[in-house]
Amino acid sequence: MSGYLTGVLVVLAFNVMAAYAVYLPMAAGQLNLGIAGFMAIGAYASAFLTNEYGWSMWTAIPLGSGLAGLMGIIIGIPVLRTHGIYLAMATFALGQVISAVFLNLEVVGGAAGYPVSDYASPQVVWAAAAGVVVLMLYISRTRFALCLTAVKSDATVADLLGVSVRGMQVAAFALGAAVAGFGGGLYAHHYNFVEAQHFNVLLSVFTVLYVLFGGTQTVWGPLVGAAFFTLVPELLRASDQWRYAVFAAFIILFMAVRPQGLVTTSLMTLFRRRRVTP
Amino acid sequence: MLAQQIVNGLMLGAIYMLVAVAFTLAIGVLNFLNFSLPGLFMVGGMVSFGMMKLGWPWFLAFAVALLAAALISLLVERLAYRRMQGGDPEVPLVSSLGFLVLLENLVLIQYGSDQQAFPALLPDMNFRIGGLVIGMAQVLSLAVSLALVFWLSRFLKATNAGRRIRTVAESRETALLMGIDISRLVPQLFVASALLAAFAGILFAVNYQQVSPFMGEGVGFKGVAAMIVGGMGSIWGAVLGGLLIGLAEVLSISFIGADMVNITVYGLLLLILIVRPQGLLGRPASREKL
Repeated sequence: MSGYLTGVLVVLAFNVMAAYAVYLPMAAGQLNLGIAGFMAIGAYASAFLTNEYGWSMWTAIPLGSGLAGLMGIIIGIPVLRTHGIYLAMATFALGQVISAVFLNLEVVGGAAGYPVSDYASPQVVWAAAAGVVVLMLYISRTRFALCLTAVKSDATVADLLGVSVRGMQVAAFALGAAVAGFGGGLYAHHYNFVEAQHFNVLLSVFTVLYVLFGGTQTVWGPLVGAAFFTLVPELLRASDQWRYAVFAAFIILFMAVRPQGLVTTSLMTLFRRRRVTP
Repeated sequence: MLAQQIVNGLMLGAIYMLVAVAFTLAIGVLNFLNFSLPGLFMVGGMVSFGMMKLGWPWFLAFAVALLAAALISLLVERLAYRRMQGGDPEVPLVSSLGFLVLLENLVLIQYGSDQQAFPALLPDMNFRIGGLVIGMAQVLSLAVSLALVFWLSRFLKATNAGRRIRTVAESRETALLMGIDISRLVPQLFVASALLAAFAGILFAVNYQQVSPFMGEGVGFKGVAAMIVGGMGSIWGAVLGGLLIGLAEVLSISFIGADMVNITVYGLLLLILIVRPQGLLGRPASREKL
């Protein structure tokens, strides 16, 4: 496999993990515009553990992910008092604050960035991304996913039926944060370098874009969206400077024609029916 | 020193204020977080720059920039907003972001990604009041923005068109039942918010004498912050929020350090959202989408 292709596929793996980090809260009706902040927590925490304490990345990355999830719980409880657009803005502000804090933290290099000693090979990154996808597919078949949908569709009715709405919301938020932290930790160990500037608003916002473009009705949407957003600009590379403009124009037109995203429930049932009748 | 920084903060705040008012019009009435507004802010600055580079006089260049922003905004309404009706409320967010990326890249293809020097239009004249140095351009832009916002708030309060807009903001169904032509009103609102954003872009260019394809991002996001701090949908809230965010930014640059700006500005936003989600001057949301 050429170095270029490997590089593109690694980026794809990171984008897929980020997309599912956004998808989980969104399945519970939360628009998280601060996912980059949780990635930064996972990245810096795991990098700090491998650098300063000599941990292996196999333990450091899960711990970093857990820390991001814990932060998700701690921050989620006050922040989830808001909802709708206020929540989106609170997460947006949160992402900005977290990355600004790391930018000023001299222990982890501040604005100069933070080199990481341990290395995660492309194969490890792919395996991790595949693991995240499998985990999400599994979650989508559990009662938990059903509860999330109930909370998203009508929180009052879900509450009346005995679903702990707050609990579900915090759980979805924190799980999304943990997945983001996991991706961030791997990112740090694959590129052997973290800088706070990477985890900016645009990273968060574009990840949300993948998910909405892929469609939030099914669990496959984020995967398809991330793949599309990673691979198509590469295919358009021939047109060089026009490629992002062309791509953006395409997104606008596509969303105008198909606002529910690429993969929808009806599309999935179409596939299933075909499989049943040979 | 402190007084000087407060003056500078208020001047920067004037720009945020206009952007925040543009956002608040879109959110308060249409319930649409219009991410193309930072792009239109940039169009205001960059198109005026481009026209002046071609040798056009400044007032024509500004007019072309405002016209371009208005036309683009109509396109945003057509392709991003109108399609959202009845669908998922997050969708227009995606397409309006698409417009931001599209605009930035089109300008980038035309002018390159570097910062460009915007010609100085106003004579480099400063007022000196008891040790304070206040730039002519700064005073002018603060005055013009305040006048504009004041006029807008009068317009919304006292005219028929303003009453129609407030009715739609209150309840779309009622407005429809009362015979308000929403399909005509909505494009007008889009044009109005685009003009505000583009005008803020022009003021920014005149004030700081630099433009770039990405000038809208930082200012746009702080405009959103200003709108929320003040209270979504409230014009005077946007004014207060804009000035506060401008002050917080300038004061933290000069007293804590440039890298701390995001912590103070967005920390303030986060604090407000947790303690008082409806913003300083906003009313508690009875109904909201997204």
